[in-house]
Amino acid sequence: MSNEMVSVTIDGVPLHVAKGTMIIEAAKQAGVVVPHYCYHPSLPSPAVCRMCLVEVEKAPKLMPACVTAVAEGQVVHVNSPVAKKGREGVLEFLLINHPLDCPICDQAGECELQDFVFQEGRSSSRYDDYPKRYAPVEDFGTDVLYVPNRCILCTRCVRFMDDVANDAVLEVYQRGDRSYIGIEPEHRLEHPWSGNVVDLCPVGSLISKDFLHKARAWDLDKTASICPGCTQGCNMTIDTRDSNVVRLRPRPNLDVNRHFMCDTGRADYRWMNRGDRVEAPLHQDGGRLHACDWDTALDQLAFLAVQASGSVVILASGRASCESLGWIVRLAGERIRAAAIKVPLGAEAPIGAIPNLALRRERVANLHGAQLVGVSTDWTAAVAALSGAALAIVLDVQLDPVEIAALGGAAHVVHIASVADPRLSHADLVLPVATMAEEQGVYVNRDQRAQRYLPARSAPGMARPAWWVAAQACVRMGAVPTAPATASEAFGALVPFAGLTYRDLGLVGRVVGASTAGVAR
Amino acid sequence: MGYPHPIHPKETPVLSKHFGEIEARTYEGWVKRGGYVALKKAIGMAPDDIINEVKVSGLRGRGGAGFPTGLKWSFMPKADGKQHYLCCNADESEPGTFKDREILRWTPHALIEGCAIAQLAIRAETCYIYIRGEFTEPYHILQRAVDEAYASGVLGGNALGSGKRIDIVVHRGAGAYICGEETAMMNSIEGRRGNPRIKPPFPAVSGLFGMPTTINNVETLAAVPAIINQGAAWYAKLSLSNPKSTGTKLISVCGHVQRPGTYEITLGFPMKELIYDLCGGMHPGRTLKAVIPGGSSVPIMTPEEVEGCATDYEGIIANGSMLGSGGMIVMDDTTDIVHVAMRLAKFYAHESCAQCTNCREGTAWTTRILERMLAGDGKESDLDLLLDLAENMTGKTICVLSDSCAAPVVSGIQKFRPDFDRHLTAPRPAASVGA
Repeated sequence: MSNEMVSVTIDGVPLHVAKGTMIIEAAKQAGVVVPHYCYHPSLPSPAVCRMCLVEVEKAPKLMPACVTAVAEGQVVHVNSPVAKKGREGVLEFLLINHPLDCPICDQAGECELQDFVFQEGRSSSRYDDYPKRYAPVEDFGTDVLYVPNRCILCTRCVRFMDDVANDAVLEVYQRGDRSYIGIEPEHRLEHPWSGNVVDLCPVGSLISKDFLHKARAWDLDKTASICPGCTQGCNMTIDTRDSNVVRLRPRPNLDVNRHFMCDTGRADYRWMNRGDRVEAPLHQDGGRLHACDWDTALDQLAFLAVQASGSVVILASGRASCESLGWIVRLAGERIRAAAIKVPLGAEAPIGAIPNLALRRERVANLHGAQLVGVSTDWTAAVAALSGAALAIVLDVQLDPVEIAALGGAAHVVHIASVADPRLSHADLVLPVATMAEEQGVYVNRDQRAQRYLPARSAPGMARPAWWVAAQACVRMGAVPTAPATASEAFGALVPFAGLTYRDLGLVGRVVGASTAGVAR
Repeated sequence: MGYPHPIHPKETPVLSKHFGEIEARTYEGWVKRGGYVALKKAIGMAPDDIINEVKVSGLRGRGGAGFPTGLKWSFMPKADGKQHYLCCNADESEPGTFKDREILRWTPHALIEGCAIAQLAIRAETCYIYIRGEFTEPYHILQRAVDEAYASGVLGGNALGSGKRIDIVVHRGAGAYICGEETAMMNSIEGRRGNPRIKPPFPAVSGLFGMPTTINNVETLAAVPAIINQGAAWYAKLSLSNPKSTGTKLISVCGHVQRPGTYEITLGFPMKELIYDLCGGMHPGRTLKAVIPGGSSVPIMTPEEVEGCATDYEGIIANGSMLGSGGMIVMDDTTDIVHVAMRLAKFYAHESCAQCTNCREGTAWTTRILERMLAGDGKESDLDLLLDLAENMTGKTICVLSDSCAAPVVSGIQKFRPDFDRHLTAPRPAASVGA
């Protein structure tokens, strides 16, 4: 696309858009949505659904907006009677074999066929007296079911598997109105990113087995978030129903994950709904952990931190936010001996045709954010440093038996956790914190992009964000005069992000310069 | 020759001169009949001079669209350093059309020579002849001729000693009508599903394997040697009506005529004479009811329209239809136009590639309505519905298969309304089993 601009008019709105822009994208700038099915901004456009036909003045016939580029002086009518008649015709054609089983269809409420038919379809079909095409439901693989009766053959799934995933196992089989989407014999949808076909399907034809009949779309609350699964930092939406997470879906971010998300990230949400959470601060009283209030717990935390001269060791989760890691490092202050996050490794799984998009080996979201705020990835060294340490702070990380044993080398242990660990019942303090699904925070991905996530559900009981716990203790120690009142303030108070607010990051994030990288003390 | 009938004095045999002569299939036989002289001549010509010669001759595409051939060739980029391709469309599957088949069967070397000359003109080393899968006999004859041409040095790395490479590959289709659409054909040759592509980009910019490509019909290419041999001026004079329609055209006539067959006429020849003189007219006691002049995709003509019609591109358009491929279907008074429309719609519903919604669903729905009418279950509103569906199927899809399905339905309703009305008002058959 060149820098050259052309002037066009779309539904009466004059626009200046870059030469080479397709009408369908230019129309968005005029606030006009051209109804469409086969078009998707992250897939090649075949122009087959014929829904986006628009009237272009001086053109002999209706033009497909998805593959017709803007031209100087072009006048486009998206909502003229001729264009509307064309769409009405297409919608009627699409519906003649569509079962209209919306009451039992998972897509209902977020179905593009439903939306556009409601918007401008005919109120009744003229296709009477004939049975609809019928074919049984097919299991396509890992998490995907194909309901051929609902299929409108837009071929988004075929193009995703072929052109994006480079694993062309789906294809249109047969011809005419007998055609359907078929899978290669002896093949399954086993590509690690194949779950995206469910999101891409504009109707309820490709559906998720995991989400099957779990919730109605209109009952879902949607929260912008970041996948905690790896250093890619895919933008996602957390769908909750009655404060329970029921589905994770990709959220478009052209610089990070385009419109996609891997199956591993997509499936990793059940831990967000755990019921066995720590709900109150616990402290040692008479040889046992007993519930107490936050004032008591925070006083003790500050006391332990001040006492721990020269030998605080921090063992943290790589899924902890920049705010939490930064403030716990600040809590340790000069007395820090070692701080590290645990980085589980897995196999790298690239999506295929999109560069720099993969499920990464490092299966934590905030590896790069941790490094920015002064937490290393040298986990072994941090575990070794436990021997003779005055205070060990464990931040919501799962420890193996060797690490548990190594904790015995520290004089005091503070367990800041969302879930209690019976092996740490000797800890001086157990402080309940929110998970990433319950708090606001920032992750920094492998391209140094700082990205916000928002709370999708409320934290149980007295659980608080870990940065709040650390900041309150810092005030009690006299390390800072006042604690930050909001997560945004907690973020801006960290050295690498000095001066930035959540507003600056927006919902698509912002690259934080490598030059600002430093240790927050 | 009005193959398989003896030559009629009113025919102009140029392409069909040697139809029926087994010897003309062989290399020696073809050379004896003046073959490969034009290719030798073309090798000595500059590519632009060949293109110009064809431009002046007025030759137009014989596959259906009638686009000027020389102009099409001139769209090919010059000296762009890219591989160029020529595709010869031998996927003749339009119902009623069987003219290319005779060229492939009887004079395959005429086609090979035409391809080679076109390759020189558009600077394409490789030509794919995409032959219809069901053409078993023509395929074997053509392949033998190509093998002979290689063996005798006409084709290959040093074609006729010119130092130029001319390759021809015969590629068999698998029996899909849609692969006769030029962009679907390119997909099919590439090994993809034979779905038409969106234009632009046009094939001359990005065609086969993404390279500049020209697609020509068998009959178009087979006419090229004669133009090179006898000169553009001679060809341009072969015109009986409109000077924009020049040369000869093979017309394959089928249906209710006494002598169906493939006839070669000079463009502009009266359609009435074609039917009544060359083809011997209707069977005794029958009268002409309708003519589909250019393959099943064009509108149906009435006897009144046939009456004064000149058989060329402009003449047939003036009379409400199109020359198309030159596959003429003649129907007498025993024909039920509703049945004709249903049979054609059923063909298109079967052959729709299923890409575009309007075509995939529209062709099938149209067929069902017509079948319902034939079964006596039609409704008053069906005609309006058919016309409205036809409107939604015309000019709204990537290729024209959908339009082709609508054309006979619309022209049938407009011109043969009594046939439709009869089915709507006739008493319902007692034991209708439906379609």
